[in-house]
Amino acid sequence: MDRVAIVGVAQTKYQSYNPASHAELSYEVTRDALEDAGMTIEDVDNTVTVCNDFWDGRTISSMAITEATGSHRVPTTNVEGDGTYGALMGLMRILSGHHRVTLVVAQSKASEGIPSVITNAMFDPLYERMLGIDAVSSAALQMRQYMSKYGVTEEQCARVSVKNHRNARNNPYAHLPLDISVEDVLRSRILADPIKLLDASPVSDGACAIVMADESVAKKRGKRAVWIEGVGHCADAYHLGDRDLGESPALEAAARRAYGMAGVSDPMKDIDVAELYDAFSYMELMWMEGLGFCHQGEAGAVIDRGVTEMKGRLPVNPSGGVLSAHAVQVAGLARIAEAVLQLRGEAGARQVDGAKMALAHGIEGACGQGHCVFVLGR
Amino acid sequence: MIRRVGVVGFGQTHHRSRNTECNGQELIAVAVRRALESAELTMADIDAIVIGNMDHFESINNVDMWSVDGSGGYMKPIMKVTTGGTTGSAIGHAGFYHAASGLFDTVLVIGWEQNSESDTTAAISTCFDPITERDFTAGAIGPLAAQYTAYMNKYGATEEDAALVSVRDHNNAASYNPYAHLRQTVTVEDVMKSAYVSYPIKLLDMCPRSDGACAVIFAAEQKARKIVDKPAWILGVGDCHILVHLADGIGLASLPSLEIAAKQAYKMAGIIEPFRQFDVAELYIPASTAGVTWMEALGLCDEGKGPGLIRGGMTDMGGKLPINPSGGVLATNPIGATGLLRIGEAAFQVMGKAEKKQVPGAKVALATGFGGCFWSDVTVLSSTTHLE
Repeated sequence: MDRVAIVGVAQTKYQSYNPASHAELSYEVTRDALEDAGMTIEDVDNTVTVCNDFWDGRTISSMAITEATGSHRVPTTNVEGDGTYGALMGLMRILSGHHRVTLVVAQSKASEGIPSVITNAMFDPLYERMLGIDAVSSAALQMRQYMSKYGVTEEQCARVSVKNHRNARNNPYAHLPLDISVEDVLRSRILADPIKLLDASPVSDGACAIVMADESVAKKRGKRAVWIEGVGHCADAYHLGDRDLGESPALEAAARRAYGMAGVSDPMKDIDVAELYDAFSYMELMWMEGLGFCHQGEAGAVIDRGVTEMKGRLPVNPSGGVLSAHAVQVAGLARIAEAVLQLRGEAGARQVDGAKMALAHGIEGACGQGHCVFVLGR
Repeated sequence: MIRRVGVVGFGQTHHRSRNTECNGQELIAVAVRRALESAELTMADIDAIVIGNMDHFESINNVDMWSVDGSGGYMKPIMKVTTGGTTGSAIGHAGFYHAASGLFDTVLVIGWEQNSESDTTAAISTCFDPITERDFTAGAIGPLAAQYTAYMNKYGATEEDAALVSVRDHNNAASYNPYAHLRQTVTVEDVMKSAYVSYPIKLLDMCPRSDGACAVIFAAEQKARKIVDKPAWILGVGDCHILVHLADGIGLASLPSLEIAAKQAYKMAGIIEPFRQFDVAELYIPASTAGVTWMEALGLCDEGKGPGLIRGGMTDMGGKLPINPSGGVLATNPIGATGLLRIGEAAFQVMGKAEKKQVPGAKVALATGFGGCFWSDVTVLSSTTHLE
């Protein structure tokens, strides 16, 4: 793979309601990411937007942010999926040799929609949708399967929530910085057994943008260039009943591909910090296993030992993760942006000292049916 | 390093107004199976998949994930790209970039739509700004009608000129394309007598909306040469999505986005004299009127000269530059697939596999996509890696 770098990143603050329009949110991060890259819109030769017609309540939803992202002036496309997939599309455009600088912008205003209705629409219209199943209730099935298969406990899942909300207190962009205890999580309101309120991410309004560049452009950015070392994506079966929800073979496949490109042989040893798509507390544990940070069923013990805490061997979600800010579609791109800040040494109070290789991860569909993994290096 | 990419396979469903035999996943599976068969490949040969449609026509979220039972995407890399009416051409371009990136060798691209599941115009109308524009529920027809009225006033084109395009495309579909949705022979008189939908556009001037799917397989050069003797090389791609607010004024008598996208694609491909260099074109013409007006944006004729080409039969089968041997969009319009059908049909022309639709000896082909808010995508394909 030719070398491609991320040379600029920006995020809005995530919040439950932001009165800015889709275009205004997108403009804010477009402007800030370009400033971060030391560029102007004139330097961008193609764009990728990440918009979803359901979440945006609008068909051809990318139309709403065409101008705000400068997409009217250069070749552009719109990826509908997690922001990591948008970044992957941007990467491919540069790798083709036909483009040199890609701007990728993801935005979401979940405050304008009803998440349970929108996520219900990802299920089969004839056989599943009338059950009322949505992102939360399907995740509850997965959490139950994962716990019963491997003996992972609700306390261990709660520990993820405690850690990530605490980490969020160091992240000025986070939606929910909280100082909570395992007890608080366990006693919080049940949304869909065994998922409780504090096991679940919020839905947030917000946006994120990254600027990617080919090697010749990126080298001029010096140490602020963060290199894409590997990427992989993969999808599991669609119907929940066709999957063993306690396993994530698609994540294993995506990680295998990304690690192969990046030359990662022992993820726990080679990777210094990871930003994972923890839409629910248990997901962080499951994804750690899928990513090969530990064996199947061992992530509960790993969190018990504090390995993924800020001062642990592999800090996971120093930003507070998706549990602390969940702008749908944006969240995976935000994981990349956070990983970039870590590798630049610019993550402020959430900085992991000396981070040289970082992993950013996004999911797509119900219960992590699809995964996209980026390995980034300094 | 620039990696060359070719089209090696193409398949489509038999398109129709309402397909009650297949659900969406099954429609997709039919197109995928036919594309694989055309290239003598199996799913095991496919390294990655791109899929696209427009969400509000079927009301299924996360179609990339939903589709895996039909797309063959189980345990494969798959992503969704959607850009409205240009979705089909945008996914074609995304497939091109997948293979050109070097990350994947053989890429399956799928466009589909089951438009009978919804009210097409209602779904399209939600693309407009919710506060300033949506109340007009403009859909797609009104702005096209306004455009042709302006063109007629400016250049003296007539409603009959548009009818000639309708006759050409409908009759091509009826004569040559077994997959087309509308296979009816029509006359200029039939078109002129059909009911006005929005002046000056009449029913037979307007595309239908269809249930259908299309799959095209792209491969990086080395792989492409192993799969087929004669791939259709993608020599140029361009896209331009420039307009957001209708009130900003569409370049009324022309289509600026098509002009810009064509310039990008022609530059990449080395097209200097489009009318002479292209042997065949598959154009995304949503209404016959656009078949008169948009040729100039593509550089196929001078400004205002579209009617002359049409009246002279230059774009008919047997003419200097046959346009839409397949019958085009006026005959078949499964929206998320429509732009990809143009690329697939153009590819089969230069591969010499277009059967009854074949333009003899076609070597260089043009395919376009239209949609969004007067957005355009352009693709240049050729049987040779360099233009003569």
